[in-house]
Amino acid sequence: MSGWLHIAFPPLPALFAQLLIGLINGAFYAMLSLGLAVIFGLLNIINFTHGAQYMLGAFCAYLALSYLGVDYWGALILAPIVIGLIGIAMERLFLRHIYRLDHLYGLLLTFGLALIIEGLFRQQWGSSGLPYSIPEILSGGQNLGFMFLPNYRGWVIVASMVICLVTWLVIERTKLGAYLRAATENPTLVRAFGVNVPRMITLTYGFGVGLAALAGVMAAPIYQVNPLMGSNIIITVFAVVVIGGMGSILGSIVSGFVLGLVEGLTKVFYPEASATVIFVIMAIVLLVKPAGLFGRAT
Amino acid sequence: MGGKTWVAAVALLGAMAGPAAAQISGDVVKIGVLSDMSSLYADLAGPGSVWAAQMAVKDFGGKVAGKPVEVISGDHLNKPDVGSSIARQWFDDNGVDAIVDVPTSSVALAVQNVAKERGKVFLMSGPASSDLTGKACSPTGVHWTYDTYALAHGTGGALVKQGGDTWFFITADYAFGHALEHDTTAVVLAAGGKVLGSVNVPLNTADFSSYLLQAQQSKAKVIGLANAGGDTDNSIKQAGEFGIVAAGQRLAGLLVFVTDVNSLGLKAAQGLVLTESFYWDQDDATRAWSKRFIDQFHRPPSMVQAGVYGAVTHYLKAIEAAKTDDGAKVVAEMRALPINDFMTKNGKLREDGRVMRDMYLFEVKTPAESKYQFDYYKQLATIPADQAFRPLSESECPLVKKG
Repeated sequence: MSGWLHIAFPPLPALFAQLLIGLINGAFYAMLSLGLAVIFGLLNIINFTHGAQYMLGAFCAYLALSYLGVDYWGALILAPIVIGLIGIAMERLFLRHIYRLDHLYGLLLTFGLALIIEGLFRQQWGSSGLPYSIPEILSGGQNLGFMFLPNYRGWVIVASMVICLVTWLVIERTKLGAYLRAATENPTLVRAFGVNVPRMITLTYGFGVGLAALAGVMAAPIYQVNPLMGSNIIITVFAVVVIGGMGSILGSIVSGFVLGLVEGLTKVFYPEASATVIFVIMAIVLLVKPAGLFGRAT
Repeated sequence: MGGKTWVAAVALLGAMAGPAAAQISGDVVKIGVLSDMSSLYADLAGPGSVWAAQMAVKDFGGKVAGKPVEVISGDHLNKPDVGSSIARQWFDDNGVDAIVDVPTSSVALAVQNVAKERGKVFLMSGPASSDLTGKACSPTGVHWTYDTYALAHGTGGALVKQGGDTWFFITADYAFGHALEHDTTAVVLAAGGKVLGSVNVPLNTADFSSYLLQAQQSKAKVIGLANAGGDTDNSIKQAGEFGIVAAGQRLAGLLVFVTDVNSLGLKAAQGLVLTESFYWDQDDATRAWSKRFIDQFHRPPSMVQAGVYGAVTHYLKAIEAAKTDDGAKVVAEMRALPINDFMTKNGKLREDGRVMRDMYLFEVKTPAESKYQFDYYKQLATIPADQAFRPLSESECPLVKKG
């Protein structure tokens, strides 16, 4: 029978442990929703290929290890570059033709591309996943008193927070970021100042995709490298972006981590609902604040 | 007068034609392989099951009772509504005579109903729930490969015997997970053990760490994984990461397929005790069949896929003997014939739809013990059919007459 009653009120240390676990999942939500928000902010494209690109990052790490002997640390650098370049090629080939059209076209195009990519990988590698080990130096864990924290998970939290912070600083606090934000508001005017807006858009997409690939590499040792790993997580990440406010950088980071925590708590108090709780929150946010928690109404 | 003569003539012709030729509906025997083609169970069933059905038909000669045999396939997406609507369409519009495989117990329970209403044959290799031959049994339902009762008694029983008397379950939150937890709980309690808690996890979850921590805090000696496919893989992998086995708790993968071991790797899977009805490397016959599969898919076949081959072969043999594809008559013939193929020795189809077969208890080898590609299991014990499966005296199946 359902056993959640037995653990409905866990002792405080146990609760801390669950919150920390939630934060780790939140780290992945934040990294993925950040990329989505950057892409949406500048390109006005709802990038449904994001999950597939996250999966490609993990596969890139797996293939680099199996065929080229590139280890995890090498893959952390290699995968975002390779997959980012593939993203740039996709932007040049497909996406740039549809910027002037309704959001719906971008959504359908990227969704279709995601299905094709995932289908090809499933055909080649099956659906049961491929093993990818935790790097030697990060194996094992620390006993924190209230829980045993695997070193690798600790690394994921720290690394993703740094990545999110740096991205936020670049966009909000640098000249390059100022150009980006200006181009979002008024591309024609920015072009008049001599800025190459189309190139900036292409590079931004490449950056967003690279971010997804980076998250994929970081996920590979925890989950299996699996052609379906992206489609499983991407729907949740979209809900995170909607809750944070479409296109809001800070909103996507904060809501990524916070919703990871909320999901973690749900797994303790009512695990049956853990797959749905984020969507319930999304529905409530859309009712109360349609632009999202950090979004500006337009 | 003229009218009456005609009626008599037609009746006579009909009576003559009947027994002379085999009664095959639509002049073709159509077998529909309904499986998970694209998600977490696709590697342990899916395209491999379709291939197995096609091979069975090919090896049988492509014809039965003088009529051609056709294999079609569909993807039920692990959703009962999708599965039952495909089944309905196949039976009602496409002239399908039998549905095979159907991993995912919730889908199988739905398809069982559809097939039962129409008196059509349902050959179950993929699903696990023992309810399919219990309260949800059907006169034309055949549960071929394994069930939750056998898994609970095989793996659960072995671990209880080794001293694992307190359990915590991580359970897939649908028919299969609940049935497996229920059957294993019965084994644990019967042996004087205790169940300290359980947690129901949505199907297809990526992160199990939260549930593993709950299991860890329960201090149970054994953590029972009442899940399958990718869910089991992620649980085992992440349990390793959180040092759960190193800290002294034991993991019981209640349903682990060879495909799971293949994708986990021996380093993560070593030492797991598991129950299966087939392993590719058991003898010359299993190796010969499996080689054909491996040539095609580059991974070892699961017991589900081997079971699809066996079930389809036995089904065709029964049609050949009964000279009809009528569901009830074919299944009666399947009961009468002993089952013998590369994976089944002297199997027997029981009145509740359960195929009585020996099961095997395996342990996953360590990387050092593995000598060649896919050398994964060592056999610990053979569990005879009458100990592996639920005795008829405990059956809830209405078809079982108790004397």
